[in-house]
Amino acid sequence: MSAIELDGLARRYGDRTALADVTLTLEEGATLIVFGPNGAGKSTLLRVLATLLRPSAGHARIFGSDVRTEGWRVRGRIGFLGHDALLYGDLTAAENLSYQARLHGLRDARERIAQLLEAVGLTARADDRVHTYSRGMVQRLAACRAVLHDPPVLLLDEPRANLDPAAAELLEPLLGRASGRTRVVTSHDPAGGLAEGDVALGLRAGRPVLLRPAADVSAAEIGELYR
Amino acid sequence: MSGPGTFAAARAVLAKELLLERRAPQTLVAMALFSGTAYVIFHFALQRDSVSGNLASGVLWVTVLLAALLGVGRLFVADRDEGGLDGFLLAPVDRTALLFAKTLTLFTFLLALEIVAVPLFDILLLGPSPGIGDWGGVLLVLVLADLGIAVVGTLVAAIAVRTRSRDLITSILALPLLIPVVIGASRATAPIFAAAGAGSLPGRWLAVLALYDLIFALLAWALFDFLVED
Repeated sequence: MSAIELDGLARRYGDRTALADVTLTLEEGATLIVFGPNGAGKSTLLRVLATLLRPSAGHARIFGSDVRTEGWRVRGRIGFLGHDALLYGDLTAAENLSYQARLHGLRDARERIAQLLEAVGLTARADDRVHTYSRGMVQRLAACRAVLHDPPVLLLDEPRANLDPAAAELLEPLLGRASGRTRVVTSHDPAGGLAEGDVALGLRAGRPVLLRPAADVSAAEIGELYR
Repeated sequence: MSGPGTFAAARAVLAKELLLERRAPQTLVAMALFSGTAYVIFHFALQRDSVSGNLASGVLWVTVLLAALLGVGRLFVADRDEGGLDGFLLAPVDRTALLFAKTLTLFTFLLALEIVAVPLFDILLLGPSPGIGDWGGVLLVLVLADLGIAVVGTLVAAIAVRTRSRDLITSILALPLLIPVVIGASRATAPIFAAAGAGSLPGRWLAVLALYDLIFALLAWALFDFLVED
């Protein structure tokens, strides 16, 4: 079974088309890297896959479950890391993760939370309120939130934004190819994105203008998307 | 992976809400300060040292209603500003859990407010104070009215949080919808606050409040999923 299947997927906001006619299949464990200028529909695609937006037309299935009709099943299988951290500033890191663990029905989450905080170098700050964190630290904690329930699919919207190289390396086992998860990743970095993707999707004004194996796409072609 | 049940998820959200309010008290403090100030304003505006009967009942319920609007306005603020609503919507849980949790949060805030605001009302404005037994009737009315305010308030807050003019929307929608609560609650408590001595609690108005609570609870349950969807 394919991990992700999109068939004529579209999303409109009123009269404006944010995403149109996206059809593709992604195998389990593979990475779809999505390029496109601001407003091209990258974040909309991720939010539709995350069940945060309903498709206006077409279908999206994650491990066979339709995002529109089986959202509950889909949500247990995805980890979402968007531009917002989805964390409460007045709660500590441990409290934020504990709350998310309860929402995901995780039992004995304390050990899992400790492991994740250790993995991203936040153990010493686990009991500090999140509003005292730097942006990079918030992003590291948001990564912990996204993988807390060990989802087989990750939806990552520019996951390395706000991270210095050391922090980006720290997150690699959780969010990178080494995690073994199926991933949909948006990027503005042609060379870096193509290196980590198996399939490249280029969007312009919500429509797919490029869909090929990443190995067959050049950084120059991606650069053209932004002109 | 299977998610938690609706009530387990609602408990998690409620615990988080109470922790946030305890950690950074804003809503309850604002509601309590508003109530105290409102009593002082009523004292001077009515030019009376004490009020009783219908007037006392009206003063109490207008104050509670307007203080409740502050709580309604802030019900989804942390979720909206910090993305907590998306955080909840990404979890494999029945979205009705959020309705239960937010309604219980507002209900808890209202009861906590009244622990301060009702004795203050008794001390500052109320004429002859009812006997201890009569306060049991007031408590029953408070619980029924608070339930109605909490359900409608949560519904309105869920609508308002998706709009840009949320403060306006909150007042414009909540006040007309809550008129029956004010009518029912003030009619129910008026005999208890009577200057001639506490009368009996009118069962008819208690039934009106209970019916209102039931109708809006069912309406909220039916609509809430749709409201928190995109």
